[in-house]
Amino acid sequence: MTERYDAIVIGAGHNGLVCAAVLAKAGKSVLVLEANANVGGAARTREFADGYSVSSCAHLLYQLQPDVIKDLGLKIDVAAKSIGTIALAADGKHVRYSGGSVDGVSNADRDNFAAFHRRMARFSDLLQTYVNRPPPRLAQGSSRDMATLARLGFDLRRLGKTEMRAFLRLIGMNIFDEVEERFESPLLRGALSLDAALGTHLGPRSPNTILTYLYRLCGSHGTLSAPAGGMGAVTERIAQAARDRGAVIRTGQPVRRVIVENGRAAGVETESGETFSSWTVVSNADPKATIMSLVGARHVETGFVRRVHNIRMRGNAAKLHLALDGLPAIEGLEKKDFGERLLIAPDPNYVERAFNPAKYGEYSQAPVLEMTFPTFRDGSLAPTGKHVLSAIVQYAPHDLKGGWTSEARETFRAAAIDTIAQYAPDLPSRITASELLTPEDIEKEFRITGGHWHHGELTLDQFMFVRPVVGAAQYRMPLDGLWLCGAGAHPGGGISGAAGRNAARMILDETAS
Amino acid sequence: MNTEFNQQPAPVAVEQRRLRSPFYSRLSALDRLNTWHEWKGYTSTDALYDADLEYFAIRNSTGVFDLTPMTKYRIRGADSLDYVDRLVTRDMRKIRAGRVAYAVWCNDQGQVIDDGTLFHLRDGEYRLCSQERHLAWLTAAALGLDVEITEETHEIAALAVQGPTSFSVMKNMGFAGIEELKPFGLAHFDFQGRELMVSRTGFTGDLGYELWIEKGAAEALWDALFEAGKLHGIRAIGTSALDLARIEAGFLTAGVDFLPADGTVRSGRSRSPFELGLDWLVDFKKPNFNGRRALAEEKRRGSTWRLVKLDIEGNKPAHHSYIYRQSRGRRKQVGFITSAAWSPVCKQNVALGTVSMPHGAPGEELLVEIYYQREMHWSRVMAKATVVEKPFWDPPRRRATPPGVY
Repeated sequence: MTERYDAIVIGAGHNGLVCAAVLAKAGKSVLVLEANANVGGAARTREFADGYSVSSCAHLLYQLQPDVIKDLGLKIDVAAKSIGTIALAADGKHVRYSGGSVDGVSNADRDNFAAFHRRMARFSDLLQTYVNRPPPRLAQGSSRDMATLARLGFDLRRLGKTEMRAFLRLIGMNIFDEVEERFESPLLRGALSLDAALGTHLGPRSPNTILTYLYRLCGSHGTLSAPAGGMGAVTERIAQAARDRGAVIRTGQPVRRVIVENGRAAGVETESGETFSSWTVVSNADPKATIMSLVGARHVETGFVRRVHNIRMRGNAAKLHLALDGLPAIEGLEKKDFGERLLIAPDPNYVERAFNPAKYGEYSQAPVLEMTFPTFRDGSLAPTGKHVLSAIVQYAPHDLKGGWTSEARETFRAAAIDTIAQYAPDLPSRITASELLTPEDIEKEFRITGGHWHHGELTLDQFMFVRPVVGAAQYRMPLDGLWLCGAGAHPGGGISGAAGRNAARMILDETAS
Repeated sequence: MNTEFNQQPAPVAVEQRRLRSPFYSRLSALDRLNTWHEWKGYTSTDALYDADLEYFAIRNSTGVFDLTPMTKYRIRGADSLDYVDRLVTRDMRKIRAGRVAYAVWCNDQGQVIDDGTLFHLRDGEYRLCSQERHLAWLTAAALGLDVEITEETHEIAALAVQGPTSFSVMKNMGFAGIEELKPFGLAHFDFQGRELMVSRTGFTGDLGYELWIEKGAAEALWDALFEAGKLHGIRAIGTSALDLARIEAGFLTAGVDFLPADGTVRSGRSRSPFELGLDWLVDFKKPNFNGRRALAEEKRRGSTWRLVKLDIEGNKPAHHSYIYRQSRGRRKQVGFITSAAWSPVCKQNVALGTVSMPHGAPGEELLVEIYYQREMHWSRVMAKATVVEKPFWDPPRRRATPPGVY
């Protein structure tokens, strides 16, 4: 006798958990099956060396949607709020920015940055409305789809003629051209270029990197905070919210396949052979893994399979974790500055050059980095007096030419550490342990195809109406009973919970009718 | 003449290199009209000596048509049954090894990409034969399945041997047990040490066979066949004769009676199987096949078009005519003719056409507007046309097993 649930969620990533919580809140019986021993998916706190813990992928919180927080009544403990950014300069003349204010640049840059931020914030507000609802269908849309479309048109128009034109012009543009035009400071330009390219297989000169920048601002206009206890604490809270509402979460239960009966999803089978029945199977896995592995191409139609197969999702961001016996010294930084976000992206061309090798399957010799010292404000993550450096290092292509051999990993790790050491010369001597997660490791550990955090590149051809693919943008997959609730669905990646919440609401709408 | 030479492109004025089929030496030796056209990269004959006589060979004795340019794919692998079953709309689980299925395949929108025949050569191995090339689609359909798709258009030579005496010709070829071969059956025979596949299929609506062999044995097969058919009126035929025969049989030609969905640009120009009168090929009992969701939706909502067979008064073929419906003295244009011919064997003016729903129900009377030219002057008639359900030409000999000896 197999257990039957109203809904089964595959994967306890943050979106899966949000989805489960919203469904459970509506009175559905929900089972969440997670392959790993802990919930959180890629948003987890892991011990990478004895006594040293770190957020496994994303290490800053800035996109968690207010709607999600409100719906689930989440209380997130933050170790630090309004974390600023410091773009490191070799000579110690760093550029600092937070919200719309910037220091260490000319007055002209300061004014321009304020105006730039104001505009970007306004545009991101417009986007955010649509981040938190299913994208409307263009062909054969329902009256609700038409209403959403009409509202999108109205919202665009309400920006005013000039700003509407600016929005439409900028959304497909690259960040490089925009920052080159606006700012004098190479450091500021470089930092913004990196912000736009973080976590993607895009360089500052790639099209629509303004869109990725805007996407980053959706939620809190880019205001960064660090969760106490690492990202795992956030997902643990969401999991608790789901449990409180009656959802059952089972960890260590990898799903082998979605059971398809008479052309519809009917449940899941775990690796251990256990089966669970439900007419609603919701996958938090990425669209490729969901369709090609869990469901199997044979159960869906060819055109859809081809589109899913062609989703671009080549991870290009690695994560470097260093256990340090103390904070390194960086010229021009005071001790308190180590609580900020530090960037190594001296100018836009440097960022683009770091991206160049990735186009050809090679890693950057001089990578760009986003670094935090999570232990600076959260002592729970390391032994007293010791520190952790958590860095996103780009670019490290998933399909590295010759593969991620131990030699390749060592040289890339050395390249990253050498790059940091140019700013913090004593860093290498302070390292007591280290861990490098390449996209290949991320793929293996978190079961994300291509190791791409966003479950698919965030580009205009994979955005809104066409995310994950044409004809499947509203979380419903073309197999009855199968839904997608992860970052591969609209709106995309980042610790936002929007995909999970939107999916749950679509599922509830359908079961109500 | 050696085969190597035949594979050379024929010299043509423009940079348009046409391939020669492995039967080119034999065809060109019989050719008196020198009317060749391009067919999927090959040079193919309209008619060799007289299109009418060639047509009567199909209906009265045996016509031999070179169908080598037809697109052919081999499908092999552990998942080949699952593959073909998901590819086409009909239930391929019912098509055992040694059987052939006429089938259509659709895209996800339920629009017909092409029609063709699937030969279940042996367990786990199929040949798909169609008018158009489809490697991209077939390869996409193989994603996630253990199946291998190989194009063998240029490797396999094929002949259609069609007509009432074709069974006698096959018997003279010494194919043991050929009398047991039912329509849509296939069998393998040894031909001079090579494997020859014979299927009881064709595009003429008559008793007939198709012969498939590796191209190296093509000429030998031709010679043996014509030797065996010497006393049975065997004749080589061209495309004109075949086209007339297929219209009489009510068979569709891709690119003529419907457009392959992946070749259309404007919306509404492609067709679903229902709109081609191929409802019988769509099996909703299958849990999944390409186009199933869209076709189920079309079934609920109703189709836009209907393919009709028309029996038209008079004797002027209704080429490219508009179809009208007359009601209460008002004429409304409801469709158009896609294929038309005067059928010598039926003594009927026949046509295939497309009309918008709900028009074109069997038995309905429509009008077709026929333009014709006599001594330079154009005339027009509005001819009555009746929608018929059955193929115009469908003789019992087509199905008789064992076939009659004529």
